Amino acid sequence: MKILVCISNVPDTTTKINFSADNKDLVTAGIQYIINPYDEIALTRALELTEASGGTVTVLNVGDPSTDPTIRKALAIGATDAVRINAAPRDAYFVAKQIASHAATGNYDLILTGRESIDYNGSQVAAMVGELLNIPSVSICKSLTVDGTNATLEREIEGGKEVITAPLPLVVSATEGMAEPRIPNMRGIMSARTKPLNVIEPVAVPQLTAIAGYDKPQSRSQVNLVDADKVDDLVNLLHTKAKVI
Amino acid sequence: MSVLVYCEHAGGKFKKSTFEVVSYAAEIAAMQGTSLTALSIGDVSNDELAILGKYGASKVLTVSNDRLKQFVNMAYGAVIADAAKSVQANVVVLSSSFSGKGLAPRVAVKLEAGLVDGAIALPDLSAGFKVRKTAFSGKAFADVEVTSAVKVIALIPNSYKVVEKPQSATIEAFNPAIDEKSFAAMVKEIVQASDKISLPEAELVVSAGRGLKGPENWGMVEELAGLLGAATACSKPVSDSHWRPHSEHVGQTGISISPNLYIAIGISGAIQHLAGVSSSKTIVVINKDPEAPFFKAADYGIVGDAFEVVPKLIEAIKKFKNTHG
Repeated sequence: MKILVCISNVPDTTTKINFSADNKDLVTAGIQYIINPYDEIALTRALELTEASGGTVTVLNVGDPSTDPTIRKALAIGATDAVRINAAPRDAYFVAKQIASHAATGNYDLILTGRESIDYNGSQVAAMVGELLNIPSVSICKSLTVDGTNATLEREIEGGKEVITAPLPLVVSATEGMAEPRIPNMRGIMSARTKPLNVIEPVAVPQLTAIAGYDKPQSRSQVNLVDADKVDDLVNLLHTKAKVI
Repeated sequence: MSVLVYCEHAGGKFKKSTFEVVSYAAEIAAMQGTSLTALSIGDVSNDELAILGKYGASKVLTVSNDRLKQFVNMAYGAVIADAAKSVQANVVVLSSSFSGKGLAPRVAVKLEAGLVDGAIALPDLSAGFKVRKTAFSGKAFADVEVTSAVKVIALIPNSYKVVEKPQSATIEAFNPAIDEKSFAAMVKEIVQASDKISLPEAELVVSAGRGLKGPENWGMVEELAGLLGAATACSKPVSDSHWRPHSEHVGQTGISISPNLYIAIGISGAIQHLAGVSSSKTIVVINKDPEAPFFKAADYGIVGDAFEVVPKLIEAIKKFKNTHG
């Protein structure tokens, strides 16, 4: 089985987010970048599948050379080889077009990614790639098994789950539950240095969206502390002041 | 120009999040001086379809086809894109629900439209077409400029109020041709926890963390949630320890929610957790540690042991319900 795992390079989850004075750019100084946590789940599941029944796992990132350490980490976790499309990830459509363009010639059985990136939270790429390649896609899956040329998936829905079968080739976006991410071992880290990382130039894509600016949520005013022995007061405040019950 | 809104239903009944997207789309139609068409796919009665008029749809397209009884994003995406073309929609609105997230990107690609998923406010049409969405998993907002001719917006549940704007909607059957290949993925089974309130759509949420010490202590959390008609949620360490299912994990790497009321019990308030709940309208924190960072991000707080405070809160809510019906 040939699997492509698409990863994003995102700020560590502990990052405090700050923007430039004109609110147009993220201040990146001091930020630690990691593999997008949902993409890491997808990568781990891809490795489990190929370990069980053979095959290769290629990781793909759309990014400039600064993302190479994150790609090397994916190789250290166990991916066979890597592709970096040499361009800043402008928007989801741009990224999906790059992935589809590479995948169209790669003969992949499965294309996996995370449900969304924890920076731009688009949750668009998986289904866009499916549409561009005219193959099925299933978004936000908490399990994925493959039997020959068919996959069975569990997809999250409001208040429950849906069990889906789909033929390969298939695009899947992963959420928590599909696999437990692994920590790379020393052997993995050593071998990652020499695994192939192919850099490809991007294809041209029309621009459909652009970020005009950022803003941060307003901080809340001082907390209103209620005595632990006067819980009735809290209920009263929620009813009369907050008007939520 | 016109606006098209896709109306999700569950078993033939529209959900509150559907009325939210219809209200939102009706307002966009009014802003640009055009009409709103609602699209429903699958078996929905005419009485139910007519309800969409109450929220501002002047036309309802209904697609009833045996093959489309169950959700398949590839086929549904094709139907929505076809409908958008037939009513010459320049804006297509969907819910950013679990299904919507797999659907909106397909519609956008078919229409070569810019997509904003995770929208939380009406577009700003003063200069171009800008839509505010959540970014950095709730730590920030991004204003996205959509420059394509057609725009697709997926709206986060609970971020726009349902507004009535009665229209007498005409109901029309819509029968697009759908490529057989679009049905390759098939739903085998739907497992619905019938008594559970869906977390992303819940107006009230009761959530608990490691402070509860073990899964055996969740009885009082469920009792409190049951009394309030709230959904239950948890912090990441709790779902990582398998005390609760991953589907209840709210936070940066779980589900982001924006309920009217979020009650956090025994959750310290790590930055990753706060990211996922910061857009809640009112936050109540119960924690025995007065230094817990969550108190800085809360509206109301009680410093005290959850095992003493929560049972008291349950009694107080019961008393409240008795006097307020």
